[in-house]
Amino acid sequence: MKYLFRILRYDPLKDEHPFFQDFFYETDEKKSVIEALMDIRNEQDCTLAFRYSCREAICGSCAMVINGKYDLACRTMLNSLMSSLIVIEPLPNMEIQKDLVVNMDPFFEALNKIEPYIESEADFSEGGYRIEEKEMDKILQYVNCILCGSCYSACPVASRDENYLGPAALAKLYRFVKDPRDKRPFSIWSKVNTEGGVWGCDTVFKCNEVCPKSVRPADGIEALRRKLIVEKIKRIFKFKR
Amino acid sequence: MIRQDILIVGGGLAGLAAALSSDPQLKVAVISKVHPLRSHSVAAQGGINAPLGNNPDAKDDNWEKHAFDTIKGSDYLADQDVAELMCERAVPAIYELEHMGVPFSRFPGGVIAQRPFGGAGFPRTCYAADRTGLVILHTLFEQSIRKNVKFYNEWLVTKLIVKDGKCLGVIVCDFATGQIIPVEARAVIFATGGYGRVYQKTTNAFINHGSGIGIAYKAGIPLKDMEFVQFHPTSLFDVNILITEGARGEGGYLVNNKGKRFMADYAPLAMELAPRDIVARAIQTEIDNGNGFEDQYVHLDLRHIGEAIIKKRLPGIREICINFAEIDPIESPIPIQPAQHYSMGGIDVNMKCSSCVEGFFAAGECACVSIHGANRLGGNSLLDTVVFGRIAGEEASNYVKGSEKSNNSEKILLEQALEVKMKVEEWEGKDSGEKMFRLLNRLKEVMSEKVGIFRDKRDLTEALEKILELKEDYKRIYISGKCLRYSQELVNIFEFDSMLNLAEVITLGALKREETRGSHFRLDFNKRNDKDWLKHTLVTREEDKARISYKDVKINKYKPVERKY
Ligand SMILES: Cc1cc2nc3c(=O)[nH]c(=O)nc-3n(C[C@H](O)[C@H](O)[C@H](O)COP(=O)(O)OP(=O)(O)OC[C@H]3O[C@@H](n4cnc5c(N)ncnc54)[C@H](O)[C@@H]3O)c2cc1C
Ligand code: SF4
Ligand code: FES
Repeated sequence: MKYLFRILRYDPLKDEHPFFQDFFYETDEKKSVIEALMDIRNEQDCTLAFRYSCREAICGSCAMVINGKYDLACRTMLNSLMSSLIVIEPLPNMEIQKDLVVNMDPFFEALNKIEPYIESEADFSEGGYRIEEKEMDKILQYVNCILCGSCYSACPVASRDENYLGPAALAKLYRFVKDPRDKRPFSIWSKVNTEGGVWGCDTVFKCNEVCPKSVRPADGIEALRRKLIVEKIKRIFKFKR
Repeated sequence: MIRQDILIVGGGLAGLAAALSSDPQLKVAVISKVHPLRSHSVAAQGGINAPLGNNPDAKDDNWEKHAFDTIKGSDYLADQDVAELMCERAVPAIYELEHMGVPFSRFPGGVIAQRPFGGAGFPRTCYAADRTGLVILHTLFEQSIRKNVKFYNEWLVTKLIVKDGKCLGVIVCDFATGQIIPVEARAVIFATGGYGRVYQKTTNAFINHGSGIGIAYKAGIPLKDMEFVQFHPTSLFDVNILITEGARGEGGYLVNNKGKRFMADYAPLAMELAPRDIVARAIQTEIDNGNGFEDQYVHLDLRHIGEAIIKKRLPGIREICINFAEIDPIESPIPIQPAQHYSMGGIDVNMKCSSCVEGFFAAGECACVSIHGANRLGGNSLLDTVVFGRIAGEEASNYVKGSEKSNNSEKILLEQALEVKMKVEEWEGKDSGEKMFRLLNRLKEVMSEKVGIFRDKRDLTEALEKILELKEDYKRIYISGKCLRYSQELVNIFEFDSMLNLAEVITLGALKREETRGSHFRLDFNKRNDKDWLKHTLVTREEDKARISYKDVKINKYKPVERKY
């Protein structure tokens, strides 16, 4: 099969604007987009920059936009695209560092703000916890997140408001709040009771649509909203009593 | 200059475990050539071993039995004291991971679920469905955020600086800028993982070039037992993505083109759950004898396990099959073939993870404490990374607190950095020469064809010659893409130097070891020979030549006997 790869190139130190560059690529084998990009780099232009690692859709390195669709380049097979023209762009709304490499710092900084770790009790019993599988199942959806950044990039709110924590971080917060081992007080996690937090979400569900791991981060945001309201009501009643 | 008390190289499980156990009073940092979450550990699937005894079939399990299985699995090449140490620490290690937030799958009653794995007397592999690496790596990373661990991401270590038997620091190449940076450190811990990409067919991540092992070797630290390369029995045909041993642990069958569960001919008792070396050889033998499909693979059949278990316990495997092979294991068998998977050998360290160079430590897959001997059991590597990663952090902390700071390290580091920089300028300055990816492909071909599952003197000798040829060609390497920012070409050129040395050490060890043990199978010496070969191989670099020596195996309780499964 012959393909025409149209790849967005940009070197902020050299180029005034990003531009598309065309590469012809031919292969008889079944290849993924990431393998094709590596071949193109090796054989045609070694300055082409992009990230990769696991090649099996688990490390979160290679999210990009392929023929207009967000996906992981390593799990996207060329033949599945049903097109001989393949247009490759970096994650939108993120600063391009070079070609397909974008700055992920804002994404990880947002994550850090929600205190993304179990806050369990200091001591733990020797024999471990007793947690029924159905309790674990409630967080599994969110545990599957590989922090690829697609949802953050696609979120219209995150792209216009840098203070918005974004879908992945909020979904991650829900993952912890819902974990029976987590003991963080309401006063701490309710800090997301703001426009930069759960109320920032416009519920357009772009995140659910683009996530390559079916995390559905917006479910987490909505669940956090409900939990906030319930907790508040509980508190009002406690106060009255 | 950047100065650290403890510098950890590698942000996989071993590196993060070391960071978390290092003394918080010290200045500690982690350098990794990719963001820690992109480390290969994230891809681990099947699980992590500990004799919790939670499975109803495992009530009598204990750490001694785990140690015995590990030693027997190693074909008696493991040092028994360290195997025991790891297994003794397994249970507390799992509970600690659970406490840190790892969402392990559960059994009724709420305890951690455990599945059977190859070569284990009891079902003792703890798991989170088939994404165990993902959840443990993310959890340790989360704890690192909590503890404010300092990270330098997308920094490639290119050189370890040792002077008078003492480690002074490392020289780094910053991926983002291509700049060469010296980093001074009183203790350095390598947790740089495996080298799977020296082979064509491997389950390892694209980035697993094994440069850490090669860098240590270049600095004069011996490599141990490198000829023991694990080939995993079940990688997805063609793309070689791993299909976890957990699939067999959940009851999967291996079937040849005659519809036969052929493991009956190789390991009648353990069947599909024999250790990996045995199963991998069985599969390759079936394929070579014409009992495979398209002469390239056999089937891993999960259909009888049923949709519910596949969806619940092996969702990642199902996703991989659908994504990469367009088949659904609920409906059809999975085409599988063996592929390089793990390195039993590595940097020679003792049970404190320390090496012959003062202040230099290693842990995880890049290290050889010698737990896995000639063949590692599935689920023991993740355990190795968390147990020995932790020990490395603690021991490096003790070392730093009890040692004096070197005086003239800054000068030496600056000189060395300059030398590396000049090397880069030389590569960049040339307009023609050898292209990186061509050399890489040639090396992979040699290793796959001649240093694979079945070995003999002729192939190994030829391989060695080819590797030495490649070493010559490498001297003419050049950078074709004249921009050093985010240059994978530059990264590969740096790492290829290590890959060549690793290939040489693996092949040399394999050539010299005239016996068959664990993963090392010699067609021309197809029996284990304890009289001459119950010993560790050590390869040390002396004046750019590989020098081979041997060291005794520590045998305590368990006398070597023939392995039967
Ligand atoms: C697909 C797959 C599945 C597996 N499943 C299991 C399982 O279920 N159970 C089990 O017990 N084992 C399993 N293993 C084995 C196990 O996952 C690995 O052995 C283990 O994760 C290695 O961890 P590590 O921390 O030593 O190295 P890695 O996780 O590979 O980390 C290496 C780190 O070093 C860094 N690095 C490397 N070189 C340099 C350099 N020169 N400069 C700077 N940084 C560098 C990398 O960036 C990375 O952060 C599996 C292996 C594979 C391939
Ligand atoms: S929620 Fe999905 S899209 Fe967002 S970071 Fe996680 S895996 Fe990526
Ligand atoms: S390379 Fe890891 S997700 Fe694509």
